[in-house]
Amino acid sequence: MQGGILLPRLDRAGLIFGAVALGLAILIPILNLIVPTDSAFHVPPHVVALMGKYLCYALLALSVDLVWGYCGILSLGHGAFFALGGYAMGMYLMRQIGPRGMYGHPTLPDFMVFLNWQELPWYWLGFDQFWFAAIMVLLAPGLLAGLLGWLAFRSRVTGVYLSIITQAMTFALLLAFFRNDMGFGGNNGLTDFKDILGAPLQADGTRSALFAASAIALAFGFILCRWIVRSKLGRVLVAIRDAESRTRFLGYRVEQYKLLVFVTSACMAGVAGALYVPQVGIINPGEFSPANSIEAVIWVAVGGRGTLIGSVIGAVLVNFGKTLLTNALPEIWLFALGGLFIAVTLFLPRGIVGLWTGYWAKRREKQAASIATQPVTEGS
Amino acid sequence: MMLTKPDPQHTQLYLDGVSVSFDGFRALNNLSLIIMPGEMRAIIGPNGAGKTTMMDVITGKTKPDRGTILFDGDTNLTEMDEAGIATLGIGRKFQKPTVFESHTVWDNIDLALAGRRGPFATLFHRDGADDDRILAILETIRLSGRRDVLAGALSHGQKQWLEIGMLLAQEPKLLLVDEPVAGMTDAETAETARLLREIAQTRSVVVVEHDMTFVRDLDVKVTVLHEGSVLSDGSLDHVSADPRVIEVYLGR
Repeated sequence: MQGGILLPRLDRAGLIFGAVALGLAILIPILNLIVPTDSAFHVPPHVVALMGKYLCYALLALSVDLVWGYCGILSLGHGAFFALGGYAMGMYLMRQIGPRGMYGHPTLPDFMVFLNWQELPWYWLGFDQFWFAAIMVLLAPGLLAGLLGWLAFRSRVTGVYLSIITQAMTFALLLAFFRNDMGFGGNNGLTDFKDILGAPLQADGTRSALFAASAIALAFGFILCRWIVRSKLGRVLVAIRDAESRTRFLGYRVEQYKLLVFVTSACMAGVAGALYVPQVGIINPGEFSPANSIEAVIWVAVGGRGTLIGSVIGAVLVNFGKTLLTNALPEIWLFALGGLFIAVTLFLPRGIVGLWTGYWAKRREKQAASIATQPVTEGS
Repeated sequence: MMLTKPDPQHTQLYLDGVSVSFDGFRALNNLSLIIMPGEMRAIIGPNGAGKTTMMDVITGKTKPDRGTILFDGDTNLTEMDEAGIATLGIGRKFQKPTVFESHTVWDNIDLALAGRRGPFATLFHRDGADDDRILAILETIRLSGRRDVLAGALSHGQKQWLEIGMLLAQEPKLLLVDEPVAGMTDAETAETARLLREIAQTRSVVVVEHDMTFVRDLDVKVTVLHEGSVLSDGSLDHVSADPRVIEVYLGR
């Protein structure tokens, strides 16, 4: 218990997760780049990209779990933070195209030339620099979450009302980004990316590197979340989730806590979006669609809310299912998703991880009962 | 009882002419009340007399329409929020026991301990620094043996004690306790009276209660509220003999 505050909280779960993610970050690129194509162990490039996408979704799910699972803030707008991070990265990738666009304009992206714009809007300045875009990946979602959170939490908007506001926020952004005069490519969004940090996006090496970056970002996100939820701050968050006014009467400024965790979570979602865009090659207003945000909440519910690892498992499994199902029977995916949500709510309220921990708790109880002469009972 | 307007100096809690209305309903009507440092006071009154609203205005949950509320003789509570008032040294126990059910007994006390309340202070807080204080409180509320049990698994009476322990951990100068023995067994009620008297040795305590046996056990000055203002005060025997009190409350 004594010592620094960083290391003791890096517990077994964090270490194992970090090790597994790091292992994947090394293993998958090797299997893709070095193992020969005809080997059974070769991972084809499209699978690398697909898995990279899953990891970005997992990071988004993790950010949802941090606010929903631990602080009780059911955000139905986290897709917006994801998309904003994605747009910030997309703007950098657009500027990297340079004169190689269809119209060959030295600085203006194709869609601006098409709209007869004469010069780059001020908010596109700086995006030719990676460091600037990287800052904006955190800043844009962070500021939006900060503003929304500040307004909502100090007015004590909670529960379903807050969910509706976040949903409205992402819908408003969806409509705004659809407009051509917003300067973000309208309907078509940003696409036709060529390279990132000088490396061609289509190259296998770049794809592997992006996959590795996603795995490492996920590991960092997981360890950060673990560190937060295992601190005293984490216990205050759970206290807010379970009995908000009690927490207030103990002297905690609930709104500050919510704001801090909401902004942190939004920044994580932004990073997830930024890593997602170069791997899928496009960002368009569809990413702001309210359905996306709801889907992220379902991943967390399926995996197990308030467990962190559950959100990662849920995101990967549900998206794997989505990949399979949309290939086979694309029209039933939404029904399957809705059915899954209902089934999880009814039969697995604590998700897959809850099922697992429940099983072990029961086994241990049985063992304890068979050893002890008197069964141990918890009064309730 | 008091004919001249009293001096707020040296008082622990000073309410003067406090009124609150909800949609035209006057929950508090020109309520004046003084609690001295180290005093324990029982507040009784029929349903709707304004007992809980009084707790709400003192702790910052409800803003009064009119009136003065001073703490320690000079701090104006009407301009502060709940967290600020709590940090000042006013603890509140709710009618229904409210503890953090998915935290252990230990963590419940740990969260309540007086200390820095900012998000960054808690993020970088070092575990294990306050163990002695927590152990002492667990001893007082007789829950040492259940320190690692989730608060949700405690019995009703144990939850009430845990909540009182959380209030102690806050180290308040003034404790507001709303119906602490509702739903308790007789043995638990007696134990709670003992616990509250012990607590009152070092701070002011205001207890709102319906249970007359319990109020008698406490053996302190009683204030009777009715329709949002003080109807009568004095010893329990004195107010029980007051014809106005008999009419609105005890006589029914």
